[in-house]
Amino acid sequence: MRLTQGTFSFLPDLTDEQITAQIEYCLKQGWAVSIEYTDDPHPRNTYWEMFGIPMFDLRDAAGILKEINACRATFPRHYIKVNAFDATRGVESLRLSFIVQRPENEPGFGLVREEGPGRQVRYTVRSYATERPEGERY
Amino acid sequence: MHAINESTPSSGEPPTFDLEAAFKGSRVGEVLEELDRELVGLAPVKARVRDICALLLIDTLRKQAGLSTDTPSLHMSFTGNPGTGKTTVALRMAEILHRLGYVRKGHLVAVTRDDLVGQYIGHTAPKTREVLKRAMGGVLFIDEAYYLYRPENERDYGQEAIEILLQEMENSRQDLVVVLAGYKDRMERFFQSNPGMSSRIAHHIDFPDYTDEELFEIAELMLKQMQYRLSDEAAAALREYIALRRSQPHFANARSVRNALDRARLRQASRLFERGATLTRDDLLTIDAADIRASRVFQNRESVS
Repeated sequence: MRLTQGTFSFLPDLTDEQITAQIEYCLKQGWAVSIEYTDDPHPRNTYWEMFGIPMFDLRDAAGILKEINACRATFPRHYIKVNAFDATRGVESLRLSFIVQRPENEPGFGLVREEGPGRQVRYTVRSYATERPEGERY
Repeated sequence: MHAINESTPSSGEPPTFDLEAAFKGSRVGEVLEELDRELVGLAPVKARVRDICALLLIDTLRKQAGLSTDTPSLHMSFTGNPGTGKTTVALRMAEILHRLGYVRKGHLVAVTRDDLVGQYIGHTAPKTREVLKRAMGGVLFIDEAYYLYRPENERDYGQEAIEILLQEMENSRQDLVVVLAGYKDRMERFFQSNPGMSSRIAHHIDFPDYTDEELFEIAELMLKQMQYRLSDEAAAALREYIALRRSQPHFANARSVRNALDRARLRQASRLFERGATLTRDDLLTIDAADIRASRVFQNRESVS
């Protein structure tokens, strides 16, 4: 099951040129771009691991693409996303976030039913991948 | 692309390439003119900048003609005494390379050893990479580059910064142009002890010292920009000042002249302030001989002789 989180996630995977163009747009808006990775793609897992610190004061996308490739080389089977943070007063939050790498094989999520008191049923989703320990999931 | 004339190979005639149109299209001429107008003297530097421009322009046309062109190595080294205009020329160079399409953004990131070298193990590499990332698409100007290499301390982290620089200079040639700057003799020693660095730098440009006459012209240009004027006696005093200042320690060419002018402005202001009467526009505009002759440079001479 294909993970659909963030912008462009219903489109085919972006090529490097397309990623560069998106980052160029972010830099032109004055947003700070950062890279994050995880192997626990639960929809509620908002905080992925940071790959290096956010990159401020950049003018060109080439440096960020290099960093993305470094992250891909380090974590070839993880999810990697690119975030663009807008520091304008009053906004101060992410403006754009999109996935730039996903594992080849995405097992998807299973529905878990929990039996509560009085035959009440509570539902939650659980990624099949997280049944294995961290680092061995994909 | 706009430089190729209409004729195509199929018409039997060989295609021609319009150098002039390419030159105009790139708008490099404006920057070169600006360089000529705003920078006094520096004839050898201007000639070298022109040469580099010509080479890049011809390379662009060769590419259009389908001839083989390696991305030329554009890393440069600017050597010369302080205040000879190295940073200014580097700024212009960034603009020229941008207009010719050899760097994408055309900004200049000026750094020194402190920005590249860390204080403890493992600190240098991220710091250097950070700077390199910021400079991508533009020109990285490393002032006093020879401080990166400290032979007297073999555990110095500067060597690590140099290695990363070398690697990036080779790998991201299309993303980044590195300019190293510093005193001539020390840069030569730096290149001798880092042959890898020397061989990766294609253009060595030497900045000569200014003559007294050129320094005076620079002073006039600066005053014009600040909207001041020299009285005739003040002009004579300034010429004398420049000749005297040169023989003193810590002489930094145009930078010394700028500092002298700043102090003259200070003295002019306090002179007018003490006079206290109503001032004319002329008073506010003019720097007098007294403002320049009050300088330490003149007093020292009198005490010596």
